[in-house]
Amino acid sequence: MKELLLIAVGSAFVNNVVLSQFLGICPFLGVSKNVKTAGGMGGAVIFVITISSFVTGLIYKFILVPTGFEYLQTIVFILVIAALVQFVEMFLKKVMPPLYNALGVYLPLITTNCAVLGVALTNVTKSYSILEGVVNGFATAAGFLVAIVLMAGIREKIEYNDVPEAFRGTPIVLVTAGLMAIAFFGFSGLI
Amino acid sequence: MNKYTERLYNGLVKENPTFVLMLGMCPTLAVTTSAINGIGMGLSTTVVLVLSNMLISMLRKIIPDSVRMPAFIVVVASFVTIVQFLMEGFVPSLYASLGIYIPLIVVNCIILGRAESYASKNPVLPSMFDGIGMGLGFTFGLTCIGIVRELLGSGKVFDIQVLPESYEPITIFILAPGAFFVLACLTALQNVMKKKALEKGDVKKAEKIGCGTNCAECGKKETCGNLK
Repeated sequence: MKELLLIAVGSAFVNNVVLSQFLGICPFLGVSKNVKTAGGMGGAVIFVITISSFVTGLIYKFILVPTGFEYLQTIVFILVIAALVQFVEMFLKKVMPPLYNALGVYLPLITTNCAVLGVALTNVTKSYSILEGVVNGFATAAGFLVAIVLMAGIREKIEYNDVPEAFRGTPIVLVTAGLMAIAFFGFSGLI
Repeated sequence: MNKYTERLYNGLVKENPTFVLMLGMCPTLAVTTSAINGIGMGLSTTVVLVLSNMLISMLRKIIPDSVRMPAFIVVVASFVTIVQFLMEGFVPSLYASLGIYIPLIVVNCIILGRAESYASKNPVLPSMFDGIGMGLGFTFGLTCIGIVRELLGSGKVFDIQVLPESYEPITIFILAPGAFFVLACLTALQNVMKKKALEKGDVKKAEKIGCGTNCAECGKKETCGNLK
């Protein structure tokens, strides 16, 4: 239990997926204009990454390792993730329409999010068990949610500020991300 | 200029993936802590880009349109796996320092972007030169950013001390926040360029700056065009 907690805190805060590993920068910059959509995106990412870490974990352990095809992991994982996102989208549309309405628009954006593949590969590199992998996936995605919602909150305030002309738009967002990354260094004492 | 040198010029200068199109931001931020890492990442991406562009161009009449994306992904992922094992075998130290970002070349939008917008529509040789141009442009961009960060962050370039001992390194530049700050300055510079192009009435050029030609998947599509 203690180990799981360490993995969770480690990947949610200490090695935050956006601010220290630079995965998922695109949605982080693109979909952080207001808190509500940022929350939706974060929710969709949590959903997809948790499921995909479970599925890729299963595939790696029960198909790739016994057949000796571990070296195909990159190819297999990216295909599984792409198919999974499509499947999750169809499933939600059919079974849980309210959830689909909340997350639907963000789901297709996630296939190209490198964080999903990044987590699947990290789970293998660190030889996590399936449970540890799922916890790692969930925590990484929760870290993404925290980062993107904080960023959206800050950006809503930036709108009213007098930013130098050249720094309007993406540059000021990146400066903010840099300052947030410094703040997140504070967590490195936790573990 | 014949069409092959035109492709090289296009990738290196006119549509430079790092400085003009801003594609592939994850590796740009993550691995540019030193100039050598920048070169390593850039060159491995170039190899994958050239090979996948060539193969996709060869197969462009065979792959049915409806399944082209998955087919491209399989092609790219196969080449990435090959490059990954070659690097593990021949340059283990570079492989260790680039780590997870090597397999993540698969999701680098430059590669799928070029496959979709150029290689799937053009013959093999131009596609190859397009890959070389884009890849070298990416390598050039990563190396420049790497040199700046390494110089400011540790006073060295390619591990050789260039600034005098009395220089106090600004360590933050080789840490995560430094990456964001360097990129912020770069995009601010682009904003200025974009504005200048607009003032001259060159809308086409302005649209290209800071935005890939393949905009649909771009995360910046909401932020881009703010200055118009």
